[in-house]
Amino acid sequence: MARIELRSIQKFFGAVQVLKDVNLTIEDGEFVVMLGQSGCGKTTTLRAIAGLETVSSGTISIDGREVQDLRAADRDIAFVFQSFSLYPHMTVYENIAFPLRAVGMSQDQREAAVREVAKVLGIERLLNRKPSALSGGDMQRVAIGRALVRRPKALLMDEPIGALDAKLREQMRAEIKRLHIARNSTSVYVTHDQIEAMSLADRIVVMHGGLLQQVGAPEEVYNRPANLFVAQFVGSPVMNVSGVAIEGGAGAAVLSFGQGAGIPVAGGHVGHIPGGKAVKLGIRPEAVLLRHEPGEGFVETTTTNVEPLGSHEIVDVRLGETTLRARVEPGFVADGQRVWVGLDPQRAHFFDGETGLALRRTA
Amino acid sequence: MARIELKGISKSFGAQRALRDLDLVVEDGEFFVLLGRTGAGKTTTLRVIAGLEKPDTGSVAIGNRDVGGWTAAERDVALVLQQYSLYPRLTVRGNLEFPLRSRVRNFSEEEIAARVQKAAQTLQITHLLDRKVERLSGGEMQRVSIGRAIVRQPSVFLMDEPLSALDAKLRESLRVELKKLHSDLGATFLFVTHDQVEAMSMGDKIGVLQQGRLVQVGTPADIYERPLNTFVARSVGSPPMNLIDGQLSGGMAEIGACRLPVRAAAGAGQAVTFGVRPENVVLESGAPGEARIFDIEDQGVIKVLSMDMGETRLHVTVPAGTHVARDEVVRFGWKPERVLTFDPQTGVNLALA
Repeated sequence: MARIELRSIQKFFGAVQVLKDVNLTIEDGEFVVMLGQSGCGKTTTLRAIAGLETVSSGTISIDGREVQDLRAADRDIAFVFQSFSLYPHMTVYENIAFPLRAVGMSQDQREAAVREVAKVLGIERLLNRKPSALSGGDMQRVAIGRALVRRPKALLMDEPIGALDAKLREQMRAEIKRLHIARNSTSVYVTHDQIEAMSLADRIVVMHGGLLQQVGAPEEVYNRPANLFVAQFVGSPVMNVSGVAIEGGAGAAVLSFGQGAGIPVAGGHVGHIPGGKAVKLGIRPEAVLLRHEPGEGFVETTTTNVEPLGSHEIVDVRLGETTLRARVEPGFVADGQRVWVGLDPQRAHFFDGETGLALRRTA
Repeated sequence: MARIELKGISKSFGAQRALRDLDLVVEDGEFFVLLGRTGAGKTTTLRVIAGLEKPDTGSVAIGNRDVGGWTAAERDVALVLQQYSLYPRLTVRGNLEFPLRSRVRNFSEEEIAARVQKAAQTLQITHLLDRKVERLSGGEMQRVSIGRAIVRQPSVFLMDEPLSALDAKLRESLRVELKKLHSDLGATFLFVTHDQVEAMSMGDKIGVLQQGRLVQVGTPADIYERPLNTFVARSVGSPPMNLIDGQLSGGMAEIGACRLPVRAAAGAGQAVTFGVRPENVVLESGAPGEARIFDIEDQGVIKVLSMDMGETRLHVTVPAGTHVARDEVVRFGWKPERVLTFDPQTGVNLALA
């Protein structure tokens, strides 16, 4: 049980500021994923919570108690790394039991704790093996078991499945999530993989340049990105972003993509955007609509690339000075073919051309 | 003309057999992708074609001429690797000029300048020509190393995971650029990768390698929809194709207690492995299948469900708006015309056997 609060955390490595005023509250029992590129500060934040890294200023509290000056061992937090760091000369059982050696526990209690955690992780049959006889996935299960056996207040994980192959990663994702639900422990998980973040998190924390860019549930981060960075970091293929000019007024407006290419939209969709400002349109490939015949709100164009991906296809079309990627059914259109392109205005995002911040409808 | 033909190529490294009796044809001007896991023999195949590795047996022909006795330099192929290996002290221009200044080539200064200019234009790096390589981003460096291959105007490009070290966004845009480059140059491309998305999205043809053997060659649609066996079936598509053991009986798949229709030959109770892709399973009330939701992954545009049908875990992709909860019991069917049948012992696709 743990509520973790970070207040005004700053961290310098020499002259380089890696955390710039990080404020974040992680609720008891929540699964929070910190998502960002390498160097964004996500691992530093995690290590600061764990006590593996000091902070230059700010406070960290766990259940209301300030811990920033406590040693890692006194914070009652467990940590799982990408490298498994198991003791090679010990069996799986001994590895999992290791953190209990300093805890006042009877032999029976200790064994019960190890068996319980091994059962949750599905590694009971491996208890007598040495780590060298385990697969990558099983090693990471053991590492997680070792972290959980003490029933720590919180579990922190730094890219724990980043070194595993794709198939195993998929499987471990589901297991980690189930484990979290079963144990209801507060979990903080660091990754650069947006799919991992989307699929694991109760809330995602997107970081960039030492700053929190957005904190929100996966569907919120996906559907209402706070700025251009978040918009283009989450989602695959990447959200289309293009400079547009908005012409016309409240009744009916036209999104102009240059070279005379414009798509009409109802004024209500763009009425909130201040005039005379450089604006960028962001639109996900699934909200770029293609059809085989003309229609209102659709503009004639030609496909310039088709990526068949089996379950769906990604088609590129030119629109004025920009290229838009659209997600379509397999076999919908061939490369170099004439199509009509439109946009789903409900799913169009607008961003300030200078700051990159989302221009939201006030509703 | 640069048709590549490998016949009966075997290659061992000590006790390890990297390639086993490999036959491979890449047609002139084709974009051919070799797809395989680590250790499947992809890189060895490339190196054999490039002349960097001598096969134990078999022949290599480029443009219908046996090049077995030719050195790497004589083969007129360009190799692009994952590591850029550019000269850090030189500018981009210096790196691009380098292969043209080789003494065996004897190009005039005008010719060199023209070729560098053209390559830079093709790759949109003209503005970087006078910059030092060490000041470039990863994507720019990879463009320069492709540029260094282009200037020689070879008829064959061999590419070994050139996009793997780049971030997701850059990989996406370079995929499109490489395809465009291929159609502009009209050269033969042989591209090696472990990434099924790259293979599906770029290849005119895909060759699936398994333990030094070529298992299947086909268009992306062939490989995705008509895989020869379960290995090929699971090497493309994400999440991978579901494989479910059951019986085929009177045009129905019998899996545990449930019966689902299939289009395969009627069958009389023989054991079969059914293959169905996640997008061809449909959640529907009243449908014949029953499963319990184990996990839900929200990927924004879609949700990926893992669900347990008895002992079998299935992956299903559903629209993002679908509302289901963990441990909920759901009913499901599938698209019968999209269900494949495999031999449970050999894994061979029964429709193609």
